[in-house]
Amino acid sequence: MADGPVAELLLRRLEASDGGLDSAELAAELGMEHQAVVGAVKSLQALGEVIEAELRSTKRWELTVEGEEIAREGSHEARVFRSIPPEGLAQSELMRLPSGKVGFSKAMSNKWIRVDKSAADGPRVFRVVDSMEDEVQRRLQLVRGGQAEKLGEKERSELRKRKLLAEVGSWRDRPFKPYNFLAHGVLPDSGHLHPLLKVRSQFRQIFLEMGFTEMPTDNFIESSFWNFDALFQPQQHPARDQHDTFFLRDPAEALQLPMDYVQRVKRTHSQGGYGSQGYKYNWKLDEARKNLLRTHTTSASARALYRLAQKKPFTPVKYFSIDRVFRNETLDATHLAEFHQIEGVVADHGLTLGHLMGVLREFFTKLGITQLRFKPAYNPYTEPSMEVFSYHQGLKKWVEVGNSGVFRPEMLLPMGLPENVSVIAWGLSLERPTMIKYGINNIRELVGHKVNLQMVYDSPLCRLDAEPRPPPTQEAA
Amino acid sequence: MPDGKIQKLIITEETAKIRPFAVAAVLRNIKFTKDRYDSFIELQEKLHQNICRKRALVAIGTHDLDTLSGPFTYTAKRPSDIKFKPLNKTKEYTACELMNIYKTDSHLKHYLHIIENKPLYPVIYDSNGVVLSMPPIINGDHSKITVNTRNIFIECTGTDFTKAKIVLDIIVTMFSEYCENQFTVEAAEVVFPNGKSHTFPELAYRKEMVRADLINKKVGIRETPENLAKLLTRMYLKSEVIGDGNQIEIEIPPTRADIIHACDIVEDAAIAYGYNNIQMTLPKTYTIANQFPLNKLTELLRHDMAAAGFTEALTFALCSQEDIADKLGVDISATKAVHISNPKTAEFQVARTTLLPGLLKTIAANRKMPLPLKLFEISDIVIKDSNTDVGAKNYRHLCAVYYNKNPGFEIIHGLLDRIMQLLDVPPGEDKGGYVIKASEGPAFFPGRCAEIFARGQSVGKLGVLHPDVITKFELTMPCSSLEINIGPFL
Repeated sequence: MADGPVAELLLRRLEASDGGLDSAELAAELGMEHQAVVGAVKSLQALGEVIEAELRSTKRWELTVEGEEIAREGSHEARVFRSIPPEGLAQSELMRLPSGKVGFSKAMSNKWIRVDKSAADGPRVFRVVDSMEDEVQRRLQLVRGGQAEKLGEKERSELRKRKLLAEVGSWRDRPFKPYNFLAHGVLPDSGHLHPLLKVRSQFRQIFLEMGFTEMPTDNFIESSFWNFDALFQPQQHPARDQHDTFFLRDPAEALQLPMDYVQRVKRTHSQGGYGSQGYKYNWKLDEARKNLLRTHTTSASARALYRLAQKKPFTPVKYFSIDRVFRNETLDATHLAEFHQIEGVVADHGLTLGHLMGVLREFFTKLGITQLRFKPAYNPYTEPSMEVFSYHQGLKKWVEVGNSGVFRPEMLLPMGLPENVSVIAWGLSLERPTMIKYGINNIRELVGHKVNLQMVYDSPLCRLDAEPRPPPTQEAA
Repeated sequence: MPDGKIQKLIITEETAKIRPFAVAAVLRNIKFTKDRYDSFIELQEKLHQNICRKRALVAIGTHDLDTLSGPFTYTAKRPSDIKFKPLNKTKEYTACELMNIYKTDSHLKHYLHIIENKPLYPVIYDSNGVVLSMPPIINGDHSKITVNTRNIFIECTGTDFTKAKIVLDIIVTMFSEYCENQFTVEAAEVVFPNGKSHTFPELAYRKEMVRADLINKKVGIRETPENLAKLLTRMYLKSEVIGDGNQIEIEIPPTRADIIHACDIVEDAAIAYGYNNIQMTLPKTYTIANQFPLNKLTELLRHDMAAAGFTEALTFALCSQEDIADKLGVDISATKAVHISNPKTAEFQVARTTLLPGLLKTIAANRKMPLPLKLFEISDIVIKDSNTDVGAKNYRHLCAVYYNKNPGFEIIHGLLDRIMQLLDVPPGEDKGGYVIKASEGPAFFPGRCAEIFARGQSVGKLGVLHPDVITKFELTMPCSSLEINIGPFL
């Protein structure tokens, strides 16, 4: 640019001129865009020691529309003056003239006219002076001629107040770099919520919307009694192995158990009762006392149902909980020793398997899952039991979304719940839907200290029933 | 039976202390193919893993009867007195030697503990002193079964009599199909130490009665009793309608040891009906929902912590002893922590008594992120407490850390002020307000630690972390933290 034609012209003019050039004037003279001249100036500046340039901001003035009219026709007060004949004019008539209303008070304060209120047929306006100078028009014409600087600061101000004059900043001629709307903005400085806990909030909401009351689950440590025996899970069951359950060294045993209830549980396991054959083995109190890290929140449900059973008469309830559980299993990309279990429970007279399916349908609908299928399953403490499947559009297959069942009478009756009360329940993990929702493959990136904080910063709102974002288009292999 | 007599298994009293129960039966003239043989072995393995609880409750031994001669004796002897050639080995070993050899056997080493430290080991002999097996570890090679075996002697030994009988029933019912006399099992007599004897397998069929309307009511369907009987029969529970037309009599075969209550029958009926054919209905249960107050408060606080510019973390409740003690400059015994027995790795030694280590480890794993790092977590910690029924209790803590080139005590202090503002706890010691007082702690820089008192009690501490703590958690910048128990603010 520094060697372009504009720059050359500029240099020649500069040589010839005395006292510098104004870029705007030069642009007008040469008939080119001001921006082009500015560009040439800048590139010459960049060469250093060729030219000196100084940035000035100038104020320019121009007339408003009304100002233009007045410059042409004269000010309103002047027109008022001219329209008054020697014999005067009725004020009412004067006011009806175009410039009347506006010009009257100004003409009065200029002492060009006076009003005789005592005239016979109403107030009459008379000239005071024989002639006047329409200063306003003169000044406006000066501005129109490009000589606004000949007016004083005060005069210009006055005209501006009357909205006859407007200030024009030279920003109008300034070149502005166009915005790159493809670039990103500055992200606001904010805190963030953890994605798994965002999903947890949503599930809590869903349960509350369905009328479920939250159970207390603030105890990670549980006795084998509440975690297994009260649920009619036999003492020789493989799940009670050291391999699947974290048992405690300290405190190793539960200090208190509700002994009359314990006796009923013992009898049911070893001899049967309540319509059951039982498991027919030697039930040991010591085994039930063993403390552990709870393997499911169903132990909290058992406690809640036991408390419910002590209240007479029986009232139906809907309970839920979402909290941490612990399994001593092999760890891999999708399994950790600790995870969160979601559990829902309904206790009422005459509940059926059909009711369980109905509740599940409403629950999963709130997650945006409408197609459900059920498959027989096995749990030690529910019978019938069902695995719940939904159709995953992306994977194009049915995937398991939860486990459910009707609690066994051997679990409920020793608690003291009435015989015709059924309790239906279901559960799922919190981690799995979260990993699917947020597209995370390794659970360690989501839970625990090895979390990817950038993922936490960037994770969107949890909207469980929203349409999943279409996956980015893949290139053909 | 060739000589008109059934096989006999005699149990001696020595077994009482180690593995008291045994049952036996015979499958005659069985015809194995490779597939059937493999399936036979696999069934034993599966049963061992499940109902036998990895051989601890029951162990199965199957033997080629033609290589043996009864009666058989089930006894227990000193390990040094037991010597035989075990399955797939070429010479004889004593039991002691075998226990050593199998220590490195990837399959068998898991079962050694069942008898290892006992004075007597179980062993079964035939009338010629041939060892059939040393349950639950290994069978003898002499009586091993091959595809060509025609007559099988099955013994099940264990510590649970009910399960042993069930296991025997399952094996014989599943494989009697392949006997020349299909679905026929030859009984065996078991003589107990007290002289009493019993034949096995029990193969007890029993009859149960269930009301048709019970099934309908529990499932949520409306089938006639006849249809229900048909459905159950399809599930191999032979049923027929009897009595007043409402009762269904069901014959429960020995293969269905899982049917112990009417609800088991209800499930079978529902399965036969088809779960996906059941009409989905909503219960009419009317309830008003309530939130658990501690969780409600937690939810409210979380959102405002994020609004204050902190990022939420979710860390593990289980950690190493070091994490909550040594690295924070305290002794583990002072922490009143809950200890896990036999943890597989150090990561699962204790349950956390503070949220701080988790947050510091999160920072350490995210060192490349731009500073400052401001993290928080509101979650449970566990402390031993003999006033509770299990002996330990959860407390809901709120912990926040600020990690930057400068420690930022004023930031963490400001966060505390904001939290108190949100909890509507005014500054000042009186009228249920809060105040912080100079304190010290091994985890904190001397002179830069304060204890927080609110509503008359100590609720936690805040301060600049001690450089030793910083180093032990593999961090490099200064850090200040705040941890309080939010229970008192409910």
